[in-house]
Amino acid sequence: MDFLSDPDNVDLYLTGFSWILRLTGAGALGALVLGVILAGMRVSPVPVLRAFGAGWVNTFRNTPLTLIIFFCYFGLYSTLGLTLDSEDIALNNFWLGVLGLSVYTAAFVCEAIRSGINTVPPGQAEAARALGLSFFQVLRIIVLPQAGRAVIAPLGSIFIALAKNSTIVGTIGLAESSSAMKTMIETYSSQTILIFLLFAGTFAAVLIPTGYFFGWLANRLAVKR
Amino acid sequence: MSTDAVLYDHPGPRARIRNWILTAVFGAGLLALFYWIYLKFDEKGQWAATLWKPFLEQSTWVDFILPGLQQTLSAALVAMVLSLTFGVLFAVGRLSDHWWVRVPAGIVVEFFRAVPLLLLIFFIFFGLPYVIEDLRMEAFWAVVAGLTLYNGSVLAEAFRAGVQAVPRGQSEAAYGIGMRKNQVMRYILIPQAARAMLPVIVSQLVVLVKDTALGYIISFPELLQLGVNVLSANYANVVAAAIVVAIIYIIINSLLTALAGWVDRLTRRRGIRVPRTSANPGQTGVQPTAAAQNTTVSSGLGGG
Repeated sequence: MDFLSDPDNVDLYLTGFSWILRLTGAGALGALVLGVILAGMRVSPVPVLRAFGAGWVNTFRNTPLTLIIFFCYFGLYSTLGLTLDSEDIALNNFWLGVLGLSVYTAAFVCEAIRSGINTVPPGQAEAARALGLSFFQVLRIIVLPQAGRAVIAPLGSIFIALAKNSTIVGTIGLAESSSAMKTMIETYSSQTILIFLLFAGTFAAVLIPTGYFFGWLANRLAVKR
Repeated sequence: MSTDAVLYDHPGPRARIRNWILTAVFGAGLLALFYWIYLKFDEKGQWAATLWKPFLEQSTWVDFILPGLQQTLSAALVAMVLSLTFGVLFAVGRLSDHWWVRVPAGIVVEFFRAVPLLLLIFFIFFGLPYVIEDLRMEAFWAVVAGLTLYNGSVLAEAFRAGVQAVPRGQSEAAYGIGMRKNQVMRYILIPQAARAMLPVIVSQLVVLVKDTALGYIISFPELLQLGVNVLSANYANVVAAAIVVAIIYIIINSLLTALAGWVDRLTRRRGIRVPRTSANPGQTGVQPTAAAQNTTVSSGLGGG
C-alpha cells in the first residue's frame, strides 16, 4: 500500500470516513424523528394527515436519492438561495446533504414503523381503548413501544443503507469517501485495486458486523408472543 | 390488523367534531406551508413562464427527456435481467451442499451488499481501465455492472430467505417422488420462493430503477443527466426540470409497484400462492415471512 505512505492520502481517507460518519449520524437522527412523526400521521384518524404522510412516502420513496441531493444543492441552495451555513461551504454542503438524506430516508423509516404497527395484535390496542386511552395514548404507550421492537431489524438495514447512501453527498462537493477514492484512483492509478479494497473493505468491515448486530438485537428484544 | 379500525374507535359525535377541527387546523397549516413555498419560489422568479415553457415544446422532450428516459430504462432493464439471474445463481450457490461453493458465494454476496454502489461504479468506471489494459469502459456498462452486482446480491439474499421459508414438506415430497436436488430447486423451491418474495423483489427493482440515476455522476446520459443537468444548462430552469423529472421517476416506479400488485392478486386468486409460514394467524404477514424479515437486509433500500 504505497499510496498510504503519502500523509495527504491518509488524511483524505480519514476525512472521507469522518464525513460519512457525521452524515450517517445526523441523517439517521433526522430520518428517525421525521419517520416516527410521519408514521403517526399515516395511522391517525385525520384524513388530511394520512394523505400528507402517504404523499410524502410515495414522493420520496420513488424519487432517486441522487436527484434529491442534486435538487438540494442546485435547486434549494443555488437557485432558491437556501443557505444552511453561510460561513463554511463544506458545512453548508454537509447540511444540505443531511437534509436530502433525512427527507429521503424518513419515507422508509415511516413505512418500516407502520409495518411494525401492523405486527401488534389488535387486542392490545382494543384493550388500551377499553381502558379509556385516547388515540395518542394508545399509540405512544401501547402500540409504538411494541412496534419499535418489531422493526429493529428493518430499521437497522435502513440505517446501513443510509451509511452507504451518504457517499452520494460527494456529488455536491463534500470530500467524503467516494470522492476521496476517486481522487486517489486518479493520482495513484497503478494501485487502483488496493485503493478500492481499502475503501470498500472499510465499509464492508463496519457494515457487515453492524447488520449481524441488528439481527441479534432484533432477536433479543423481540416481543415474544 | 387494519390500523384504521383498531387504533381508534369509530368516531362518535365528539370525536367527529374533534377530527373536523384537526382537519381544518392541519389543512390550514398545510396550505400555509404550500403558500410559503409558493412565495419563496415567486421571490426567486421560479414561476416565470420562460422556465416552464420548455416543457410544452416538442424539442425538450425529443432532445432531452425521452433520450434520457430511454437510456435509464434500457440500463434498468438489462440490469434487472442480469441481477435476477445473478440473484438466483448466488442464492442457489449459498444453499449448496458443498462448502467450496457455499463459502465463496456467501463472501461475494455479503461483500457486494455492504459496498456503496457509488464506490463500485467509480471503481468499475475509473479504476478498471487502469487495471485491464485496452479496456474502454462505457458508462452504460459501468452502471449496469454496478447495479447487477449490488442488486443481484440483495436479490440473492431474498431468494435464499424465500427458499428457506418454503415448508420442508415440499422438498421432502419432491425428493420422495425421486427428483434430484437440481430438480427440487428448479421446479419446487425457486418458483415458490420467487412468489413469496415478490414484494421484496419488486421493491428491489424499484431501487434498481432509481439507482440508474447514479450514472449521472459518471456522465452516463440518463434521465437525471439529460433531463435535469443538460436541460437546465440550456434553459436555466433547474428547479422546474428537477420537478418534472422527479414526476417521471415517480410514475415509472408507481407503475412497477402497481404491476407487482396486479401479479400478486392474480396468483392469489388462482390459489397458487405459497401459504405463508404464518404460525400466528393474528399477524397478517406484513413482511413476507419471519425468516425473510431477519435475512433480507436492506430490502427496498439501497442507493439513490
